[in-house]
Amino acid sequence: MPTVLNIVSPMDALPPPKMEGVDVKVFYGAKQALFDVSLPVRNRSVTAMIGPSGCGKSTFLRCLNRMNDVILGARVEGAITLDGQNVYDKTVDVVQLRARVGMVFQKPNPFPKSIYDNVAYGPRIHGLSANKAELDGIVETSLKKAGLWKEVADRLDQPGTGLSGGQQQRLCIARAIAVSPEVILMDEPCSALDPIATAIIEELIDELRQNFTIAIVTHSMQQAARVSQYTAFFHLGYLVEYGETRQIFTNPKEARTQAYITGRFG
Amino acid sequence: MANEHLFKRFDEELSRLDSRISEMGGLAESQLARSLQAIRERDSGLAESVIAADVRIDAIEKDIQEHVLQMLALRQPMAIDLRQILSAVKMATTLERIADYAKNNAKRSLVLMQGAALPRAIGGIDRIGRLVQSLLTDVLDAFAKNDVAAAEAVWKRDEEIDDVYNGLFRELLTYMMEDPRTITAGTHLMFMSKNIERIGDHVTNIAELIAFRVTGTSFASDRPKGSGAIYRPA
Repeated sequence: MPTVLNIVSPMDALPPPKMEGVDVKVFYGAKQALFDVSLPVRNRSVTAMIGPSGCGKSTFLRCLNRMNDVILGARVEGAITLDGQNVYDKTVDVVQLRARVGMVFQKPNPFPKSIYDNVAYGPRIHGLSANKAELDGIVETSLKKAGLWKEVADRLDQPGTGLSGGQQQRLCIARAIAVSPEVILMDEPCSALDPIATAIIEELIDELRQNFTIAIVTHSMQQAARVSQYTAFFHLGYLVEYGETRQIFTNPKEARTQAYITGRFG
Repeated sequence: MANEHLFKRFDEELSRLDSRISEMGGLAESQLARSLQAIRERDSGLAESVIAADVRIDAIEKDIQEHVLQMLALRQPMAIDLRQILSAVKMATTLERIADYAKNNAKRSLVLMQGAALPRAIGGIDRIGRLVQSLLTDVLDAFAKNDVAAAEAVWKRDEEIDDVYNGLFRELLTYMMEDPRTITAGTHLMFMSKNIERIGDHVTNIAELIAFRVTGTSFASDRPKGSGAIYRPA
């Protein structure tokens, strides 16, 4: 074999991990769903997790803010760190953790309340505002960051459920942003949206990474390629390959990654 | 290349792309061989037929470009598929250039046929021509087999062509200095040898494309280069 140079130039210094999974194992009862996954979620960038159904990508995502705690019989081993601290440590307050590590789900799930109250809910329960004026400010800023302000500024008192699907998803993003999280987890945030609403969310994700660390689970490889800087490919509970997105989609190192992203998985 | 996509038509399209490239490669090879034969045998009919056949290669190049455009838009290829498709369009452009040089040599051979034969100079053109011909054949074989090691072997041999070309260049200069009546023919022969040398460069490009499509990487070492003697004052 000839000696070869990699065509992908090394990225300038990689951002440090904001969160990191270290030898993470997850069990649902007797069934093991994740096997020794070690994976960084780098600061102020988008990390996409891809893989076929049941590969463990959502399981890993849900470990990041301990959403697996609510699943009966779920058990997590290994460590998940946030700024170096294990989030599974007994001293960690899960409510505080979820304020720092927010989540947006597959189906938009606004509360059956007004647009204003949807966004104000988190800041209220976490006591983030001293008065109505401050709360108004948080609501406005969050809606602006989520790219929804212009569309709803004149109808904040209307129910959130009356918005279109794409608007509802952006409302959920505004709701997640309102408590000033550091990390935002997204579990297939566009799978219930049409292509235009998807493009708007993707553009939003690209903007949000200026200020937030984002981990996204997606079934759309094109979406992972478009929005992420790092991609992790999972299969049957194992992390098969992790790398810069541009490397994963042009020259994956692992045969299983190549087979999956080129549509050869059988 | 690797095949068996879940979506079967994609495999058909990829293999059609490769067979069109092979077809184009075969035609370019034949154009080069026939142009050399026309020069050697002073066969104007053969030279005319080389000139006329060039449109077929142009047509395949156009077809490959359209095919690639559609595959990029409709299949959204990734990784090895993306590299295969990108390298196909570059291969098509490269093979079209090779055929173009062969055609140009056929045209110039018609001019040469109108004057006295210059057997020694023609012999020189034929030598470099056969050398390039063998490299072109080898690189197209390497393409058909996705054989990166064979491609690299071809890639390294371009140095031989450069050396023969430099010798031929000096030889032609000498003839023209000795007898100014050979300047017209000598100038055409100069361009013809340069055309053949350029075909050799395109062969190395094809070798690099083979490495890129198979491994996603290019050859690491610097390609051995000829002495560059002709660029220095005599």
